[in-house]
Amino acid sequence: MPLLQVGGLGKRFGGFVALQGIDLSVDAGERLGLIGPNGSGKSTLVNCLCGALHHDSGNVTFDGRAIDGLPAYQRTRLGLARSFQLPKPFRSMNLIDNLRIPLLYTVNARHGARLSDAAIGERCLGLLDDVGLADRAARLPRDLTQVEMRKLELARAVASAPRLLFADETMAGLSPSEVEEILAVLVRLNDQGITIVLIEHIMSAVMSFSTRLVVLVAGQKIADGVPQDAIRNPEVERAYLGE
Amino acid sequence: MGAAKFWGVSFVVATAVLVLTRGLIANEYFFFAGYVVLQYIVLSTAWNILGGYTGYTNFGVGAFFAVGAYTSVVLHKLTSLPVPAMILVGGLTSAILGLGMGYLTLRLKGVFFAIATLALAIVAQTLIVNWDYVGGSRGIYVIRPQQAPLYGSYVQYLYSLMLILAWGSVAIARTIERSRLGLGLNAIRDDEAAAEAGGVPTLRLKLISTTVSGALMGMSGAPLPYYVTYLDPASSFNLSYAVNSVAMPLIGGMSSWIGPVIGAVLLGTIQQLATVTISSALNLLIVGLLLIAFVIIAPNGIVGLVQARRRARLR
Repeated sequence: MPLLQVGGLGKRFGGFVALQGIDLSVDAGERLGLIGPNGSGKSTLVNCLCGALHHDSGNVTFDGRAIDGLPAYQRTRLGLARSFQLPKPFRSMNLIDNLRIPLLYTVNARHGARLSDAAIGERCLGLLDDVGLADRAARLPRDLTQVEMRKLELARAVASAPRLLFADETMAGLSPSEVEEILAVLVRLNDQGITIVLIEHIMSAVMSFSTRLVVLVAGQKIADGVPQDAIRNPEVERAYLGE
Repeated sequence: MGAAKFWGVSFVVATAVLVLTRGLIANEYFFFAGYVVLQYIVLSTAWNILGGYTGYTNFGVGAFFAVGAYTSVVLHKLTSLPVPAMILVGGLTSAILGLGMGYLTLRLKGVFFAIATLALAIVAQTLIVNWDYVGGSRGIYVIRPQQAPLYGSYVQYLYSLMLILAWGSVAIARTIERSRLGLGLNAIRDDEAAAEAGGVPTLRLKLISTTVSGALMGMSGAPLPYYVTYLDPASSFNLSYAVNSVAMPLIGGMSSWIGPVIGAVLLGTIQQLATVTISSALNLLIVGLLLIAFVIIAPNGIVGLVQARRRARLR
């Protein structure tokens, strides 16, 4: 049984059809790449699946449970996490407290998983260490560079102990070496058992990371398969290169 | 310092202030003015729970305050309840108002939420103006009991009650600030979408925030009819309550429980001194000038200034 199953998902904003009839399944442990030109509906799809937006039609099941209508915080508690396209750190809090929030509200909210304050502090430091930010634990997010901010965003998403992580344009605007750093973090997270859906414009990164590729164009899925095959799909070539 | 220790230490401090002021000060005006300063400690602390911790600006302070005051008027006419009981009922009434306001308006953000709270104050004032039972637009006289409970004058008694309320509200605010709830509220203030994605039940926490904040505001308004002895809508819904409740945390600092206390003591004392030495009309001018000065010089208030210096020293 797939970890995430999406059937006939649709979303409209007034007269604009943002998503139409999206069918998608993601297996546990998978590395899925989600690509598409600007405005193709990638972020809208992530927002619908994570509960930030409510879809108009279709259904979503996560780990065999229907999650349609569940608010975002409950989906996070079930194990669906996301990072944001533009980093959204808690600006008034130091890095430790940024990670403390999901630990307190997600991990500790799960039945039988109550962590002590000391254990939470330790886990926060461990997560920061995993992304190379342990030495900045007491700093505020405004002291971080762009790539560090992206790492904090990933660490905060991972702090909720997710089973599936949507990494939404985590590498946008980064230099090639910084892209490599983020990719290494994502591979490590996947090795730890977290299923990852990578939404990205940087094709080299998507191709090296993904084991499967889904392509969206104008709110519709036009390709789904092995990355090398998916990008050779004539519809995908037309969408990216024109007629 | 843990929450239980803070409650204990602050109780000892409040008791010491109460015993010392009532034992050593004979001038009745001190208690008359002190009541107002303490009332503003409660109001600004209550405002800061929603405005400072959660990031939602409430300009409808007058509504919560006056609902507390008018609840006492109704209870005064219907029952012979003591003032402390009226404070509890006033708090409960305003808590329900806060919960209702939260439910109806918390999908609004920023300036739209602020305008909605202002509208709430206007609606509540219109209802009171048209309610004859509590005096309507002409107001109502409330005769204080001849004797204050325990000892001293009635104003001293009200001062003592307001001091207890100030202690309680500060202790509640500090407990919230250092708790899981406080961290969740701060996350909402910093970024609501990120908070929700981090597992924070934002709507539930915001409702707790509006309810607690409303309850404390109502409690601070409940003794007002006995303090002024004449209550009318124009003075009880006065916008100055909202202006002061916003200005005091802004000047003291909104990130910590101590900020509103510093702001209320500083601004409240200056206002009381200005009232007796220069003119009562200067009050809001002083607030305005201080507000402008702080927005320019120290946008994070006095507490923010201290924290910034401490951070700079650590680097």
